[in-house]
Parts: sequence; C-alpha cells; structure tokens
Amino acid sequence: MMASLADTPAAAAETLEETSFLRDTLHAFRKNRMAMVGLAFVLALVAGAVFAPWISPHDPYRVALDDQLLPASASYWLGTDNFGRDVLTRILYGARVSLVVGIVPSLISMTIGTAMGILSGYVGGRTDFVIMRLADMMIAFPSLLLAMVVMYTLGANLLNIFLALALVGWASVARVVRSQTLALREKEFIEAARANGTARVTVMVRHIFPNVVPTLIVLFTLAIPEAIMWESSLSFLGVGVQPPEASWGLLVAKGKEYMFQAPLVALAPGVAILLTVLAFNFIGDGLRDALDPSMKD
Amino acid sequence: MSPGPDIVLSTRDLTKHFRIGGGLMGGPVRVVRAVDGITLDIRARETFALVGESGCGKTTLGRVMLRLQEPTSGAIHYRGADLTALDDAAMRALRKKLQIVFQDPYASLNPRMRIGEILAEPLRSHGFGGPAEIRDRCAELLEMVGLRRQYLRNYPHQFSGGQRQRIGIARALANKPDFVVCDESVSALDVSIQAQVLNLLSDLQDQLDLTYFFITHDLAVVRQFADRVGVMFLGCLVEVGATEDLFAQPLHPYTMLLMAAVPRPDPRQRGRQRPLMRGEIPSPMNLPSGCRFHTRCPFARDICRAEEPALQTLGGRSVACHFPLAG
Amino acid sequence: MAADPILSVRGLCVDFSGGRGDVRVLDDVSFDVGRGRIVGLVGESGSGKSMTALALMGLVPQPQGRIGARSILLDGTDLSRLGPAGLRAIRGRDIAMMFQEPMTALNPVRRVWEQVGEPLAIHRGLGRRAIRARVQEMFELVGIPEPQTRLDAYPHQLSGGLRQRAMIAMGLICEPKLLIADEPTTALDVTTQSQILALMRDLRDRVGTSIILITHDLGIIAEMCDEVNVMYAGQMIEQADVFDLFEHPSHPYTRGLLASIPRATGARVARRMPSIPGMVPNLAKLPPGCRFNPRCDAVMPVCRRHAPDLLRLGEGHVARCWLHEAQDALPKEQAP
Repeated sequence: MMASLADTPAAAAETLEETSFLRDTLHAFRKNRMAMVGLAFVLALVAGAVFAPWISPHDPYRVALDDQLLPASASYWLGTDNFGRDVLTRILYGARVSLVVGIVPSLISMTIGTAMGILSGYVGGRTDFVIMRLADMMIAFPSLLLAMVVMYTLGANLLNIFLALALVGWASVARVVRSQTLALREKEFIEAARANGTARVTVMVRHIFPNVVPTLIVLFTLAIPEAIMWESSLSFLGVGVQPPEASWGLLVAKGKEYMFQAPLVALAPGVAILLTVLAFNFIGDGLRDALDPSMKD
Repeated sequence: MSPGPDIVLSTRDLTKHFRIGGGLMGGPVRVVRAVDGITLDIRARETFALVGESGCGKTTLGRVMLRLQEPTSGAIHYRGADLTALDDAAMRALRKKLQIVFQDPYASLNPRMRIGEILAEPLRSHGFGGPAEIRDRCAELLEMVGLRRQYLRNYPHQFSGGQRQRIGIARALANKPDFVVCDESVSALDVSIQAQVLNLLSDLQDQLDLTYFFITHDLAVVRQFADRVGVMFLGCLVEVGATEDLFAQPLHPYTMLLMAAVPRPDPRQRGRQRPLMRGEIPSPMNLPSGCRFHTRCPFARDICRAEEPALQTLGGRSVACHFPLAG
Repeated sequence: MAADPILSVRGLCVDFSGGRGDVRVLDDVSFDVGRGRIVGLVGESGSGKSMTALALMGLVPQPQGRIGARSILLDGTDLSRLGPAGLRAIRGRDIAMMFQEPMTALNPVRRVWEQVGEPLAIHRGLGRRAIRARVQEMFELVGIPEPQTRLDAYPHQLSGGLRQRAMIAMGLICEPKLLIADEPTTALDVTTQSQILALMRDLRDRVGTSIILITHDLGIIAEMCDEVNVMYAGQMIEQADVFDLFEHPSHPYTRGLLASIPRATGARVARRMPSIPGMVPNLAKLPPGCRFNPRCDAVMPVCRRHAPDLLRLGEGHVARCWLHEAQDALPKEQAP
C-alpha cells in the first residue's frame, strides 16, 4: 500500500554486485554497537578460557590454608577463597566449564529441536501430533526438577549435564521451528520444488532448513546463556559440577557461605555470569536485527 | 473416450472436494466443491485460458491437473497416459513434461538459494548430467528468458518482480516440458512489465512448441493472448470457445456480465449502459440449487432455480445455460 | 483552471534515510484537485503515487521519512505547516483515506459499526446511539443491504465488496472535503469492482466530495476521472484532462503505457504487444537527465544531460519532456 522502495529494481543491463547473506548480515551487525561490545566480551572470555593455563596467576587446585579468604591484593586480584585458592584463577578455569556447558548442550538441543520441528511441521498428520505432544510434555514438566532427576539418577558428571540440558531445551526449539516450517510450507517455492519432482527429504533439507537458519542462529545465541544459567543452578544445588572442579555456579554456591567475610568469592563469579549472559543477549539481539533486513525482499 | 493424438492434456469429470470440520475436534463436516466435474481437451501448441473470479476454483484446477493436489475423482490424461493411475516414481518422471509458473514472483523463489541453484534443482532431480552440463543448461535457460548468465550467482532479492518471474519461467522450462500451467503468472506485475513477460511467453511458445494453460482473472489479457477460453464459475465451466467468438458474442450471461464489468481505457465509453450483476458471490460450501449462477443472473427463470444445466455444444462452442444468449 | 480548487499541492518532496544513504522518493510534485472532481493519480511500482497520498495525510513513517513542500493548501489551510496535533484534527474530518486491503485496514476484533463510527467519536464527540444511527445511514448510502443487521458484524463476516463499502462509509462519515482512495478496487473481483466504482461516482454526484483516485489501471482512470496525473519514478510527468490524455498522450511513457495495455474490446490486435523496454530506475541510482531516458523510444541527446521541467502543451495539459520544448516552458511555481 505504501510505495515500496523494494519495488524499484536494478536496471537490466547492470551487473549486480555479488553479495551473500553472510556479507549483508555482518555489515548490519557491525553497525550495532551493543552487539559489538557483547561480541568483544565473549571473544575476550573465550580467549581467557582457552589460555587459562597460561595466563592464570595461580594454580586453581593448590590449597594454601595460610591464605584463606584474603581480600583483593596485588598478587590475588580478586582475593582468595576458603581454601586459599585465587578467585580470579578459579573464575578463568570456571569459564572453561561454563562455556562448554553453555555451548555443547545448546548445540545438541538445537539439533534435536530443529529436526523434530521441521519433520513435525512439514510432514504433518500423526507425526506432527506425536512430536508436539512429546514437546508439550517436556515443556509442561518442571525443567529444573527434570534436570535434577537426570543428574541424580545418572550421576553428576559433565556428560550427564549435557544430556540433562539437551533434554530440557529441545522442545521449545522444536515449537518455534515447527511454526516457521508451517509458514514456509505454504510458500510457492516449496510447491515449485514439488512440481519439479524433488523428494520430500530433499525439500526439508535444501529448502526448509536454510530458511530456518536465521532463526536458529538467534535461538542459539540465546540458548547459550540459558544453559549457563541452568548449569549454575544445578551446580549450586549440588547436582552439577562437582568440586574440586570449578564452574561459576559451583563457585557461587560454595562462596555464599562466606558472603560476609569475603564477598568477592561469591560476587565475582556471579558478576561473571551476569556479564556473560548480557553479552550473549546483546549478540543475539544484534543478530536478530541484522538478519531481518537482509531477509526482506 | 480416449483423446486424439493432437490433444496434449485432457480431463474427464475432474473433481476436487475439500472436507472442512469433523476430525478430532468434532463439529459438522462441510464440503467445499472447489472443482466440480471439469471436462476439457487442451490441444497441442494452443494457449487455453481459464478465466474466473476469486473462489471459482481455477487455481485448484491448475494444481489438480498436474497432480500437485490429488483429485477427488475423475480422470486426467497426458498424451493418452492416465495420470491418476501412475505411481509416485512414474509421476515424478512425468513432471519433466508438466510444469507450472506461479503467480507471486516474491514467494516462488527460495530466497536463500542462488539463481544457479534454483535452476539446477529440477535438472538434478531428473539426472540431467554432470555439474558442467548443468551449469551450461542453467546459463542457456537464463539467456532464453532475456537475463544475463552472470545473474546465476545472485540471489532473488536482488531482482525486480518482472525479472523474478522470468527466472520462474526459466525454471519451468529446465527439463523441456511441453505443457505449462501459468497460474496468474502476470497478475502481480506492473502493466508495462506484464506486456514484456507476455511477449516472452509468446516467443517461447513458438520456439519450444509449448502448450499453455493460462489461468487468470483478467479478461483483457485473455483476449490478447489466448486461442481458446474457458469461463469458470463456482467449480464448473459455464462456457468454452475460441477467443474471438467468445468476445464477439458471449453465450453465457456470466461471460457477458464479466465483459461488461471490465473498465475500458477509453473515456468516451464511460457513459455506456452496463448491466450489473446482482447480489453477492455464493459460497462454494453452500451452492445454490439448480444453476449455480441463478442468484446473480438477470435472466433467471423458474427452471434455472430447479435444474442445473449441462454443458452443451453449440456450433464448436460449449455453454452451460438453459437460455444461452444466442444460437 | 477551475475556480479555486479544494486542494492545491506545490513542490511536495519526500526523502527517506535508509541504510545506504538518503533517497528522494517524491520529487517536486504539484497538482490541483478541483471541487467535486475526481482526480486520478496513475503510475506503476516506485512511481510514488501511494507515497503522495501518505504525504498528504501526514502518514509518512517517521523518523526515516521527511516531508517537505512549498505548500499543501486544503481549502485554505496549509497542511505542510501543521504539526502532528493539527494533522490529527483534520484527518478523518476534512481529509479521509481509503485503503487497498479492507481486511487489514479494518481491525478484525472490533465490530464494524465501532470502526466506521470512530471518526465521529473523535471529531464530533458523538455518543454511542448517535454514532450507530449515523453509521446505519451511511451504510444505506453506500448500498450495504440490511444495514441494521450489519452494524454488529465483524470484518471477516462481510465479503470483500461489503468491506470496501464499509471503508467508503468510514471515509465519508464526517463529510470530508477530500477523499483519497488508494487502489480501492485492486483486491476485488472485476464485478464487485464495477459496483464499487459506480458507487463512488454516485456519491460524488450526490454529496459533492472531491476524490483523489490512485490506481495503476488505466481503464479505471478512463471510467472515473476528470483529470489525470501520471507519475514515474517519484515525479509528475504528465497532467491533463482525461479525454485529452487518452486522445493526445504526450509523454513517451504515457504513450508506451497506453500502447502496452491489453484490451478486452475493440479491434483485433496482434498477439505480440508493444512494450516499454527496461525497468523502472532505482531511485538511489537515477540516470542523468530525464529519468525516463534509458527506456524512451524518442530520446534525444538533451534528454541524457538535462532533466526537463513540466512544459505546458495546451489548456491544462503539461508534460515533463523535451519533445515539446517548442511551447513555453513553465516556471515551476505555476504548474498546471
């Protein structure tokens, strides 16, 4: 109804600039300052986590009972905990665990959720019914309880954490992907693929999936902080990462006992969680905005 | 009755009914008789236009003819082969010959695929050959529709509506079809681009010996472009005939009223007397008794309310009316 | 032209700031609407015809869009000098707009009488009963059958034709001086379209509303309009009385357009139609000189270097083209 700028096309004789969705998206993303700040933070965090063994000032596992609960100082930038371990070092090592626990289960739940969502949305019928009822059950059941049950039954180790978090996370991904699939299925280019004799599986993989990817990217960047939060909660409750391993959740859990004597022990990892979740959220928002215009016709 | 050798596609009493309601949620089951007994013969190298207003079922008919939707009953024959009897594999193989060009240039191309991939897909589905052969054929297809081969590397959103429609046409022609359904293929285009694309379709028809089934609501385009016309109303054909005959003397009241309603680009004709249709379009779920058109027909009589007229032949043309306007 | 027009637009410009710079989507648009006349605005995608309507109503999206004009005089009031509050006061009351898609222009969760009557509530402060009565009167005026039962309907319960009639009723309910109809029948069947157009003509005759009719369909222009403005790539390129335009189209674009439309009546024509080659230019990358020159079959060297002004060709007929330079070139302030 409004005169659409998008209707003014390139001249026929022109060579169109070769562009790609990646390039357009990156260009739009770079303009978003908050998103870039978030990205910088995450990159710094990843670098810190990867190089933790080399850049940490102290050994994260060495107990030094003479140096318990020291305040921030030149040699212990964030003080020490109740075992005399450097808080900063523990945070850096904790970052490794938290990041891995943030990314891996998210990848798993995204993969399962996407497959289920596309299948459900495209095939429809009974398959759709079964998958969606399963998803409903997963969403309705209290997630924390479910995760705790899994951890308690199977034992509290890293692999089981992945399993528990993936189990909790796939259903909402499936729902979102399904509704996108339903919308895409009605588009004429899908009909065109069928008119060309393309097999159903090929349609789902080559047509539906690439058009769902932008949503997936955004969901992924927002699933990571959620997984980090989950891990923190589980570890806080004692069914996550076990000591002497460090994870941010565990650090907060153990540190809360010393809140009044040495608040940094609990606060520092808490702030780390906060900043990381914020950073990923900025990135996710930025990506969502950047992907929108390049998708627009 | 088996079609003769020069008939490309024929349908016999083709119907498509949709069921609405019922199922797990309960509620009354209602039937939408979208396509209700269509019998047609399309001849080789002709352009057959199917014209009708919204809700008449023309789009559904186009889909069902190619078995993109399954018919409820009736027969479809392509060069003698019964399409409804084919299994999936055989039907897929025939899709090389039966193609469709869609209406919406913005939705008919996958926005995340490059033009080259879009054109290559039908070739790959039918085992056209190796990557080099496919590339060459894609370039050839683009040039056939008046676009540069460099555009293979670009994405749909970089093109205008008219250019995208050309790409859609190129895709339909990939495997050398001989029957192409054009479903409102120029309706979404600007007037000046419409002329370009219609000219392109015309040229391609001559070069490649194509047969067109041209679905549209635009009578002016029909007159310009079609050899024969079928007028559809609420799932049925009400009139079929050669374009010039139909426009010179419409036989069915609906055809006449449609033509009268088309605005003419000549201000001197604006004062002319024009019969207007009465009432509203009936719902396809709740068809009127007798002749479907009687509630809107200015000439309706008692028999029209009681008995549905069959499609009768009148000197080379067909009309479904108890009181055709001539003959 | 006519004695004082109800609307007089001079030098209307609209600029948009986008991701890759600023684009001028409307460039120096000027035209008049006589009292009780139907004026057509015709053009294709990117011509700026819908944007003109939005600019007149002050509905151009902010902050990306900026309206500028020397003057927009609606019966004496200069709309370009009004602030948001001033524009809100006249919208619906003095100047009303009808949109293309009645389904999306009508709120699906509100009853029809509430929406159609909303301008009365806003501008005249009428109460519920008074509004219902007036809406029913309007429904009768626009030919909605059984108006009292339709008052309480929801939009989806009405057919496309009835919804469009409801939109007309909403537009006219405050008896505006000017009604802008933006592609009012594009989404309708041709039979419903002819009913709606007949209704609009009838209303103009009875009530005397001036109408701006925006469309891409030259057939509708021929049937309905008294004067026609042809737009291309954001500019006004030809303005004339309707009979004059169809008999003596002067701009090559207008001529090309008329030649390339298929016709349902008249003499038999060859299957291959004349068509205008090329496409509408990208407003961000306009060619030098006349905007139409790359597609023009009568292009001259001057066309590629200098953009033409609107040149007068005769009584009330102007065209933006160097072909007619022989006549006096009008200085911009005096347009038609």
